[in-house]
Amino acid sequence: MNKHAALDLKSSRIAGGIHTDQRHDSAHKHVTGTAVYIDDMPEPAGTLHGCLGLSTATHATIRSMDLSAVRAAPGVVDVLTAKDIPGENDISPTGRHDEPVLADGKVQFYGQPVFCVIARTREEARRACRLAKIEYDEHPFITDAAEADPKNPKLVTEPLTLKRGDAAATIARAPRRVKGQMRVGGQDHFYLEGQIALAVPGEDRDVTVYSSTQHPSEVQHMVAHVLGVPNHAVTVEIRRMGGGFGGKETQGNQFAALAAVAAKRTGKAVKIRPDRDDDMTATGKRHDFLIDYEAGYDDEGNILGAEFRYAARCGFSADLSGAVTDRALFHCDNAYYYPAVRAVSAPLYTNTVSNTAFRGFGGPQGMVGAERIIDEVAFALGKDPLEIRRRNFYGTDTRNVTPYHQTVEDNIIGRIVDELEKSSDYQRRRRQIAAFNANSDVVKRGIALTPLKFGISFTATQFNQAGALVHVYTDGSVHLNHGGTEMGQGLYVKVAQVVAEEFQIDLDQVKITATTTAKVPNTSATAASSGSDLNGMAAQNAARQIKDRLIDFASETHGVAKDQILFLPNRVRIGNQEIPFVELVKQAYNARVQLSAAGFYKTPKIHWDREKGSGHPFYYFAYGAACAEVSVDTLTGEYMVERADILHETGRSLNRAIDLGQIEGGFIQGMGWLTTEELWWDGKGRLRTHAPSTYKIPLASDRPKIFNVTLADWPEAHEPTIHRSKAVGEPPFMLAMSVLHALSDAVASVADHKVCPCLDAPATPERVLMTIERLRKTRAEH
Amino acid sequence: MTAIRSEIRFILNGEEVRLAEVAPDETLLDYLRLRRSLTGTKEGCAEGDCGACTVLVGRLTPDGLVYESVNSCIRFLGSLDGTHVVTVEHLAPVAGRLHPVQQAMVDFHGSQCGFCTPGFVMSLYALWMQDPKPSDRRIEKALQGNLCRCTGYEAIVRAARAISSYGDANDDPLAAERAEIAGRLNAMRDGARVEIGTGSKRFFIPASVDDLADLLETEPKATIVAGATDVGLWVTKFMREIAPVVFIGHLDELRRTSEKDGVLSIGAGVSYTEAFRLLAGRVPALATLIDRIGGEQVRNMGTIGGNIANGSPIGDTPPPLIALGATLTLRKGRSRRTITLEEFFIDYGKQDRRPGEFVEAVHVPLPAAGSRFAIYKVTKRRDEDITATLGAFNLMLDASGKVEKIRIAYGGMAATPKRAHAVEAAIAGKPWTRETVDAALAEYERDFRPLTDMRASADYRMLASKNLLVRFFLETSGRAAPVQVGRYEAA
Repeated sequence: MNKHAALDLKSSRIAGGIHTDQRHDSAHKHVTGTAVYIDDMPEPAGTLHGCLGLSTATHATIRSMDLSAVRAAPGVVDVLTAKDIPGENDISPTGRHDEPVLADGKVQFYGQPVFCVIARTREEARRACRLAKIEYDEHPFITDAAEADPKNPKLVTEPLTLKRGDAAATIARAPRRVKGQMRVGGQDHFYLEGQIALAVPGEDRDVTVYSSTQHPSEVQHMVAHVLGVPNHAVTVEIRRMGGGFGGKETQGNQFAALAAVAAKRTGKAVKIRPDRDDDMTATGKRHDFLIDYEAGYDDEGNILGAEFRYAARCGFSADLSGAVTDRALFHCDNAYYYPAVRAVSAPLYTNTVSNTAFRGFGGPQGMVGAERIIDEVAFALGKDPLEIRRRNFYGTDTRNVTPYHQTVEDNIIGRIVDELEKSSDYQRRRRQIAAFNANSDVVKRGIALTPLKFGISFTATQFNQAGALVHVYTDGSVHLNHGGTEMGQGLYVKVAQVVAEEFQIDLDQVKITATTTAKVPNTSATAASSGSDLNGMAAQNAARQIKDRLIDFASETHGVAKDQILFLPNRVRIGNQEIPFVELVKQAYNARVQLSAAGFYKTPKIHWDREKGSGHPFYYFAYGAACAEVSVDTLTGEYMVERADILHETGRSLNRAIDLGQIEGGFIQGMGWLTTEELWWDGKGRLRTHAPSTYKIPLASDRPKIFNVTLADWPEAHEPTIHRSKAVGEPPFMLAMSVLHALSDAVASVADHKVCPCLDAPATPERVLMTIERLRKTRAEH
Repeated sequence: MTAIRSEIRFILNGEEVRLAEVAPDETLLDYLRLRRSLTGTKEGCAEGDCGACTVLVGRLTPDGLVYESVNSCIRFLGSLDGTHVVTVEHLAPVAGRLHPVQQAMVDFHGSQCGFCTPGFVMSLYALWMQDPKPSDRRIEKALQGNLCRCTGYEAIVRAARAISSYGDANDDPLAAERAEIAGRLNAMRDGARVEIGTGSKRFFIPASVDDLADLLETEPKATIVAGATDVGLWVTKFMREIAPVVFIGHLDELRRTSEKDGVLSIGAGVSYTEAFRLLAGRVPALATLIDRIGGEQVRNMGTIGGNIANGSPIGDTPPPLIALGATLTLRKGRSRRTITLEEFFIDYGKQDRRPGEFVEAVHVPLPAAGSRFAIYKVTKRRDEDITATLGAFNLMLDASGKVEKIRIAYGGMAATPKRAHAVEAAIAGKPWTRETVDAALAEYERDFRPLTDMRASADYRMLASKNLLVRFFLETSGRAAPVQVGRYEAA
């Protein structure tokens, strides 16, 4: 960027404005290996390396801890335990004081950090860690949601109830009823770059922490809290992450805090980069859920009432589990209208790592519950699940109130599904599959088309704010900074496009800079799909302030009315005269016009009363649908995704190339969650899937054989979002529900579609085969 | 007397490196990142599964200079003596122009977070050198050892299909310097044994197989390392002390193969990649299986001999080799003995290999004319996954349709790769019918008592294993409907 090439002063469009396909700003650096991640930064001289000592008990009191061999190991400089934390030994993001940096006296999951070794090299630190002698008095533990007391479970945070109408009474008098339980698994983020923090001590109480985090402000606050210093003493910076997906919203705090403590104690820079096994053992994941559901419906398949209980394995502390389980309830409807509904959450305490944010943030788990009810109803009535889905969609003018009493004002799911049904040739293929299955006893095919509606905004209203900082330099180049972080999603380039568009300068005139708490303070996590919506608006606001000053200045000095001043590509028209943008900037500088501005944005319209379970928590909804076809080997449960068709919308996209990548990637990641990605704990409470050798995310050869992805070109955001674009980060993840339901459809064929398969997730080959066996037995008994 | 050298020599990108200070367990990745600040190569998992650390290693073979993708995270630095190591930095833009592989990745939006990208670039680069216009199947095979969590791969595959439209060998640094590099590597070959380090930090690179035999007589406790795709993890995951180490991956004599009287002899050092080429036309089922072992990088490093010698109950080649009736040549000093492969596996972690002895070759009787041979591997994820259960079936019927001979072996079902003797006995001599097969299913409990672990439950292992016999029956009894799902075969 910032090439000093001659700018085109005649062009009718700038290079790289909004609504154009731009490459990722770092693509060139990615492919050449020159993009710098934290572990690639040159280390300050004498940098030390930390390694966390993890508990080897699942729930226990520490009887004794002998770290003498650790301290005596080669290269060891320091060993930190709970008592060495100078400030608060706590990194609970919601202020509940339930999450120690280092375990103090008791451990609550296998793999909980107990001590931290600081050594000259990472290798020495890792080796020393293994020399600890810790004795535990073990206590009973629960690791699984099903083990919790159903009447009076221990919770990590307050549950939520959503209700509208009298669901129980409606279900009781409905012509038909269904009741069941569903299990849906968790998911490891498997960001390719693991957690990492590099803390560099400064003078006074200062420390600068380079942290791979989606939430620099929170890391700043946590580091300050743990060090016992004011926030102003801590600066947190991140240029890019090697993937986040929610796994770096709060989970970087621990590493940053410990690196900072060690850096201040030793006076040396300290880096902590856990290895993959420690990362997967000691950091939180997507919550798995046990969903109890009950619904009443009529003979046509209209759902009359629904009741849900969403019980989540939250782990030993709250972390973000309150908001995650809330969002599960917010999506118990997916795209369906329930005339009466009651949904409750149960954020369960378990002796497992504290689960956290992951793309969709509970929403996907909420939706699979809704889709299970659809399946149950369809099988009971012998109808195509798509017919039941369509019948229960939200209306536009009526039947449009959600379980949380927000009216759906922007509903386009009907058109999305109609178009996809046609473009994917759903009906004809469904008949073909039936014919295929009639002649194929071992290999069975299945197809499903699932919709999605996803609420956009942080449900904690105060997080829906953002800041940006824009400087225009006297050569016409622009420095852009904002509170959003780049984890691969293309946020930086999208916001740069917004700024380029505002000033009407080519994109390469805008320098994207690392996110830092020193430039934009008090930011929210880059999460909830909100990055472009919030930061794009804040950056636009900053650019407009400068632009307004330039207009005022030009109007005054040139004696031209403000409406006669127009920003054209790389130039400005002032009355009848056109001058290069840089010329106006220079004139303005000489006239002492401020060429820097801090921008701000807060999302309008939203509010939420959690006590009442009522409000308008989402600014708008994002919509999409997917149709998947699979083939299943009924001897082994192995399967293949034959084809997937997606129709998704992002309003008037800022950058369709980037959005397409989010949709494709989200779908595959969601498919992994629902198929091969299985977290497995042994009888001792140890997570045994903590590396790619045991935890299987999708490969290139797991892609659908045919994969048609279309970005709907007709929708436009209903609300005045940034250039009428819509969020894309999380929603496409849930398109993968189509794969789970296609598998379910294939499995159902072994019992002639007379029995609802109730296929749980992840639908590993084992789970598919065992479901087939159950269906065969059920069928034989009837 | 063999000459002794006390340094390793290799070429890193353009530079010749001579190193006398090398630990036997130092990985190539740590050397690149920590000692050379070549940070384009990333650590994602340190176990050879994610491919973020992929680099190319060029070595002189009887067919000339060959470049292969490898996992630098589990490749030991000492094993690189006499090779050309190529990292992403070697693909630096020339006159501001990216390499065709890189430009295609940029233009097709093949990177998002970018952390896996250098590894993908290197894997695609290796593919492009071998096959400039690859099929989708070939692309997917080349990428089996590369994980991407952002893109869903579609954009990367689109880029891979388009690389050849961005340029040819004229735009390629390795093509330009090929003759020069081959000359330099050749000049490094001094026929010496390499010995580095003292005490518990020693490693050796024998000059020849005879030298290896001599060395193991004096160092009977040495860890023999060929591809390091297993031993690498002992170091990176478990921090085990492996010294003294003897590296054998460079010994061309151990990579030899021959065929005589219907028996294929495969040197212990033959890599999976080499074995695939060898077997594709001879025992296609075995070649197909090899394509599902690890990723391309692992197959380029890992060896058939290593897969046998480490004695894992979930090694994939032993069950089919047992089903084929393979034998093993073990060598100690100048003496050799040959045993059946079955005999080699005594118990979990225990093999019939004596101190100072090493696996020299495996001898595989080719399936007899008219016989049916099949291998079925069942995993959670289709590719680059470790076996939940694997069955290998070798069947010969007589003229009347009765079972003249059957050998069945499984992996993942016991503490070692194991024959299904009771199942075989229930089938042998009977007509090859569904009734025979159904009756034999009851015998599985006699042969196997599988475990439950993170890969599969005992119940699933047992049920799926039985069903594999059913699948084998269906496949060998002539029917139109498919019995397996496949990615490239019509289901």
